Amino acid sequence: MKQPTTGTDEFVKGLWKENPVFIQVLGMCPVLAVSNTARNALAMGLATLFVLVMSNTVVSLLRNFIPKQVRIATYILIIATFVTVVEYVIQAISLELHKALGAFISLIVVNCLILGRAEAFASKNTLGRSILDGLGMGLGFVLALFCLGAVREVLGSGSLFGLSLFHDGFQNWVVMILPSGGFFTLAGWLLLFNWLKQRRGGEVAG
Amino acid sequence: MTDDSLWTIFLNATLINNFVLAYFLGICPFLGVSAKLETASRMGAAVTFVMLVSSSCAYAIHKLLTAIDAPYLQLISFIAVIASTVQLVEMFIKKVSPALFRALGIFLPLITTNCAILGLALFQTNKGYNFVQCIVYALGAGIGFTIALVLMAGLREKLELAQVPDVVRGTALALMLAGLLSMAFMGFAGLGG
Repeated sequence: MKQPTTGTDEFVKGLWKENPVFIQVLGMCPVLAVSNTARNALAMGLATLFVLVMSNTVVSLLRNFIPKQVRIATYILIIATFVTVVEYVIQAISLELHKALGAFISLIVVNCLILGRAEAFASKNTLGRSILDGLGMGLGFVLALFCLGAVREVLGSGSLFGLSLFHDGFQNWVVMILPSGGFFTLAGWLLLFNWLKQRRGGEVAG
Repeated sequence: MTDDSLWTIFLNATLINNFVLAYFLGICPFLGVSAKLETASRMGAAVTFVMLVSSSCAYAIHKLLTAIDAPYLQLISFIAVIASTVQLVEMFIKKVSPALFRALGIFLPLITTNCAILGLALFQTNKGYNFVQCIVYALGAGIGFTIALVLMAGLREKLELAQVPDVVRGTALALMLAGLLSMAFMGFAGLGG
């Protein structure tokens, strides 16, 4: 191994230093679309985590057999297979959740985060590392989705996981559960991260 | 839903449920290539074209898969068809009009991973549109995408000249703009049926 990184590093980097949403700004579409309640956000995050780990595993196992010219198409087919699995599993567990997430479960296929990890990491690294990378990135994604979903649900509906938090005097910020609220919340989190980075003396990433 | 008039479908896809600003589809190119007005409009045109082609293909696939009773193959075949459509379109444009091919450049292959295309195929299947409705829906979605992209590019070109604090620069600013645009588009909500 050229890089002097340990397995733990591969796992931890996805959580904070290379967080897929806040730092790399990848996989935006599902992040914004289903983060209007904490529950939806968490479910979406876990579904993505599963697909990411499984596709990293398979891509890493097959990395020496896939011809270079058709690798992207192969990756997409592998990912699509697992997304189909997830879609049917969610439908079996909770029909209500399946309705709430709608077409966005299928759209995990085109989440650039998953294809990005397959291309940039799993196709070049051993099985163990790829699984750790997938777990770390996936958990970082779950974390980010949860941060967004929680903020939007608390401000937009005055509740968390469906439990009411405030007494009747609280006026819901309806805009937060509408599409524009998603953009604003994400912008707010990015600002926070930029500000933290700047305070530590680092350069602000474009 | 199937007996929606064509005009309602078109208006719905273009303004009321704009793919970018209401469904959050195609955010990556929306943030990525919206820095310049010219590239934004070219990208919009390319996406609209691919949407039209892949929408009609998706309609045929759905009919075929329903006929052989294999709905679990839907997602895989959609994505495979979109990828090959983009490839075909690329080769076709290269052959017929090299000038246009050069103008579109890298954006053409990137359309494959644009979730707006796959989203369109899935939505039209869920809504059970017939062939003509599918085409109108695809056209509306494409034009809506172009409008959002061009508006955003216009705003960002103006912002280049403005003084903003370092912390806000970049993606955070773009997202705030997108939020404001999305709020503006909510004003269209009363238009359709």
